[in-house]
Amino acid sequence: MYPQVLLQNRKPDRIATLAEYQRSGGYEGLSRVLEAQAPTEVRQVLLDAILLGRGGAAFPAGVKMMTVAEDAPFPRYLVCNADEMEPGTFKDRVLIHADPHQLIEGMALAAYAVSAEHGIIFIRPEYEGAARILEREIGIAREAGFLGKNILGSGFSFELVVHRSGGRYICGEVTAQLNALEGRRPNPKQPPPYPTEKGLWQKPTVLQNVETLCCIPHILKNGAQWFKDLALTESGAGTKVFGISGKVNRPGCYELPMGVRLSEIIEEYAGGMKNGAAFKACLPGGASTSYLTQEHYHIEMDFEALKKVGNRLGTGAIMVFDQHTCMVAATLNLIEFFARESCGWCTPCREGIPYIRDILWRIETGEGEASDIPALRKICKYLWHAYCAFAPGAVAPVEGLLTYFEDEMTAHINQKKCPFKGS
Amino acid sequence: MQTESQTESLEKEIQAAEHPRELAVDVMAAIQARDGYLSDAGVAEAAGLLGMSPVEIEELATFYTFIYREPVGRYVIHICDSVVCWMEGAETIGEHLMKALGIRMGETTPDGLFTLLPVCCIGYCDRVPAILINKKAYGPLTIGELDRIIDGLRNSDDANEAAAEAANPKKQVLKR
Repeated sequence: MYPQVLLQNRKPDRIATLAEYQRSGGYEGLSRVLEAQAPTEVRQVLLDAILLGRGGAAFPAGVKMMTVAEDAPFPRYLVCNADEMEPGTFKDRVLIHADPHQLIEGMALAAYAVSAEHGIIFIRPEYEGAARILEREIGIAREAGFLGKNILGSGFSFELVVHRSGGRYICGEVTAQLNALEGRRPNPKQPPPYPTEKGLWQKPTVLQNVETLCCIPHILKNGAQWFKDLALTESGAGTKVFGISGKVNRPGCYELPMGVRLSEIIEEYAGGMKNGAAFKACLPGGASTSYLTQEHYHIEMDFEALKKVGNRLGTGAIMVFDQHTCMVAATLNLIEFFARESCGWCTPCREGIPYIRDILWRIETGEGEASDIPALRKICKYLWHAYCAFAPGAVAPVEGLLTYFEDEMTAHINQKKCPFKGS
Repeated sequence: MQTESQTESLEKEIQAAEHPRELAVDVMAAIQARDGYLSDAGVAEAAGLLGMSPVEIEELATFYTFIYREPVGRYVIHICDSVVCWMEGAETIGEHLMKALGIRMGETTPDGLFTLLPVCCIGYCDRVPAILINKKAYGPLTIGELDRIIDGLRNSDDANEAAAEAANPKKQVLKR
């Protein structure tokens, strides 16, 4: 059993209360920091800890905070991205339901690091239960003096509210989320200016994922070196809450050291493959990552190792496929999702994704032609020129299909049917 | 159902807000909770409350999955059809519900009780196949459990109220 940090207070049927969180050392970091550390020192610790964003992009949280200029105007905003709409991902829901005060303390500390006085938790409508928990626990934290005016007599003030989304995948994109918060149509905006310069209401805004923020209290309490030492690999830092689903016996969230092997997650924690099925492939971090196959079965799951094989750790949402799963059909399902969720703002994404969907649909239904494969490769390349990261994400599994499962595509085309379906 | 006092508290919140338009989704959702869906009149009302133009509200209303611009049933069932649910039988769940309710995806039952809509990954991949009914998640589902849930909703007080409303043409908010 590896050390549990973010999920140490998880219970099967209820949240950890404020008292329980405090018994595990909760809010100690905040008290100590407000008493003895300057915001620049906090930023430096997070930078030293190599805390990479857990929402998918893996951008260093410390670097993001450093880009808020010393003389940047006020008010400054801290936004917590609890939108979590990446297919396969449910870790943020689990984190909020396990230990809401961990997120609240993380936000107070992050806000202090960039001198933000307003905090907003942007949450998807499917997580109404989590939204209510947060609203209630924010009230409790305020009563206890951990939020609001003059926190713990330090002179630092921070107000925190919950913002409910109307529900749309693109809202997870930083600039789209800022538009959504302003009551505008959530199309992405292309920087510059970056949100840390001109974000919400044209004021400096730092946006971080739930899991990233949850790491912060522990880093400040135990130090940057402690956090780095949690990882099994030299390149990794901290733990990762992996959400595993699909053809495994025990789908769920498991907090494991960064760099743990994929095979260990599947066999030791997720209880192995279901009904004696064989591992065929998985998506390592949500729908907008590429496939890992048998050749990657023992890969070390951290940001660097995945990058080396041309993939991404993304959100760490592992979706496992077995030998009976048709990879053309699985990819078609993924691209259906992206076609539906594209905001429609730019042409490559709006037109290109449905084009890919139509070709995959033809292949899956036995109407594909050999020329479809090079055509798909070409269109995928065009989609890298879209306005935001949505389309490059959408083509990641398609490119994975082309790289690792071209034989399955060819079998569909030659047999004029899906070989995984009975004749 | 939204009461008058809730509408008043919303108005107060709008007045107190530095940027009223940040409440756009909350306002649309409140009007929808009161009226059952966001009608053209509801769009105009939201625009008036927020000091925005109706077209600005419309471009939000038509963008979001959980804002309904068409009348919906008392229970809106969103069936997750993303990859993990798909792998574990989402299609069977969808087909069963269409058959059991006698409607197609996107339709509402004539008694005004149920609407079926697809939805992308709802973040319950550890409990697949999963659906949402009025934003409450159910899963992992079997056909038997699904039938029990639907029967339970059919026989609830809410359902009887909806049936009475559907029988009274003056109050009827549903098409057909």
